[in-house]
Amino acid sequence: MGEKIQKSKIKSQKLAPPHNPPLSKGGSGGGVATRDAYGEALLELGRKREDVVVLDADLSASTKTGTFAKAFPERFFNIGVSEQDLIGTASGLSLAGKLPFASTFAVFETGRAWEQIRQTISYSNLNVKLVATHSGITVAEDGASHQAVEDIALMRVLPNMTVIVPADGIETKQVISAISEHYGPVYVRLGRSKVPVVMPEDYRFSIGKAYTFHIGKDVNIIAAGIMVSVALKAMSILKDRGIDAGVINMSSVKPLDNDTVLEAAKVSRLIVTAEEHSVIGGLGGAVCEFLAEEYPVPVKRIGLRDTFGCSGPSDELMKLYGLTPENIVQVVEESLLGRQK
Amino acid sequence: MSQTAASRDIGFLKKQANIVRIDILKMLAEAGSGHTGGSLSAADIVTALYFYKMRHNPKDPAWKDRDRFILSKGHAAPLLYAVLAISGYFDKSLLMTLRKIGSPLQGHPCSKLLPGVEVSTGSLGQGLSVANGIAIGLNMSGINSRVYCMLGDGETQEGQVWEAAMTASHYRLDNLCAIIDNNGLQIDGPCCDVMGLEPIVKKWEAFGWHVIDIDGHDMKSILNALDEAEKVKGKPTMIVARTVKGKGVSFFEGKVKYHGLAPTQEELERALMELEDIDNG
Repeated sequence: MGEKIQKSKIKSQKLAPPHNPPLSKGGSGGGVATRDAYGEALLELGRKREDVVVLDADLSASTKTGTFAKAFPERFFNIGVSEQDLIGTASGLSLAGKLPFASTFAVFETGRAWEQIRQTISYSNLNVKLVATHSGITVAEDGASHQAVEDIALMRVLPNMTVIVPADGIETKQVISAISEHYGPVYVRLGRSKVPVVMPEDYRFSIGKAYTFHIGKDVNIIAAGIMVSVALKAMSILKDRGIDAGVINMSSVKPLDNDTVLEAAKVSRLIVTAEEHSVIGGLGGAVCEFLAEEYPVPVKRIGLRDTFGCSGPSDELMKLYGLTPENIVQVVEESLLGRQK
Repeated sequence: MSQTAASRDIGFLKKQANIVRIDILKMLAEAGSGHTGGSLSAADIVTALYFYKMRHNPKDPAWKDRDRFILSKGHAAPLLYAVLAISGYFDKSLLMTLRKIGSPLQGHPCSKLLPGVEVSTGSLGQGLSVANGIAIGLNMSGINSRVYCMLGDGETQEGQVWEAAMTASHYRLDNLCAIIDNNGLQIDGPCCDVMGLEPIVKKWEAFGWHVIDIDGHDMKSILNALDEAEKVKGKPTMIVARTVKGKGVSFFEGKVKYHGLAPTQEELERALMELEDIDNG
């Protein structure tokens, strides 16, 4: 079902003029954390659909499933500190005709229970929604043990699995609604920290469709999650320096919006991917795999370069790992200048 | 399907179990690989489930009021395939395609390919969690069906089994009945040498389960245990079935080697002579 939706109407998703979102500094003002939007979206969905059940592994206050739990205690199941059993129980509920949302931190959901997800959910193609919070390095002070920087890779490799990385609260709500209408396993990657609002109020998410802010003639930055707002800032700096940069929000990491990637590659001289994740196996990996086979062009990947994160405030960590507008600008300029020589 | 006067007959079930064993051996010999020992050890219990206890409809595998069976020890797939074929879920000739290219009878059960398989299994330790989820879901929907889950004894070395043991007890899943095929052997040797499991009964009792300890080859005990489990309220039931690996074929019984070994053609012929003797006896 997921494959069918992608191709049509991609053009209509694009806004002609570059969208100028009210970018706030990461971690303050304006936006909400995607996990907060999830809590609200679940509540709405729970009111609409009686078959929605929610499971958590002792982190309901942090993942925000606690909101649903308060409203619908008879449809909420705390499985305790046991992620493998969380996944199995959610699978059973889907087999009994329910629509389960299973949540915990990304590192535990995709890491601790990876084989349960593979064997039981993915192999049997069960209709289980895996919505994990606290992904990436913006988990911050808790350190590398709690910072999932490989979860996209772990989920993307599984057959039948859809992988979505929303950029902000608006998109998160759209995603939760869209995946509830889609049959099959879905992994949704959410964050702990507040993120700026980047998507327009009237935005409508579809699985397999990217959102294009602007297509650049020099470079196009394909970003996901928190890196969409960072890419938009880089775009504006590059514009001031005479470089026409575009930004694409590739929230649908799997299925990837191939048509949009192809168009971006054809019209510009460089593709940059940007994600709060390892450069191995995530969005950068997905874009490179597609382009290498279909339309080889120069690509630079922004992300963690085969390393763990560490403890610290999230904005400092973003700097430390090069997840900043300044670093994107530098990578773009070096790459474009290098190619002119 | 079940509970007719005929199917209640212990003699009938014993014969049925024998037919199941014959089918298991034939398909394994044809496949040339697969798990003989654990398919034979659990044969009496699974026969009792499919031909006595469970409400199910081979013509409508997705019937919402059916009782569910989860084969958590997925390597006993030949046993599941045999009872499904004999029940009429698919044509018996399919059994001879086991483990071959294009067959719905995968080495371990695949729910996407074969009607009657509730969920794909094969990686040990995961079935009980799934059974819990189904049991919770059925309760929520007011469906008065029961969920059965068959585990291997070696399988209970998986930590997830004990996570699930807690969940079943916490949510008071009295519509759930699990069975341990306690044949005492695993691939590397006797369970007590590899990683001791005893005291099995006390462990499950401590986890809040109603435990019934039986001879897993005595059909009367099996039926009594399954009936008793149905009457237990407020907690899940675990039937610890003491079994013999390779049961039914004298030269396979109690032999670790036949955990993951299929019979040769010569062994098949000898085995069939033993089993057909019983059938005629």
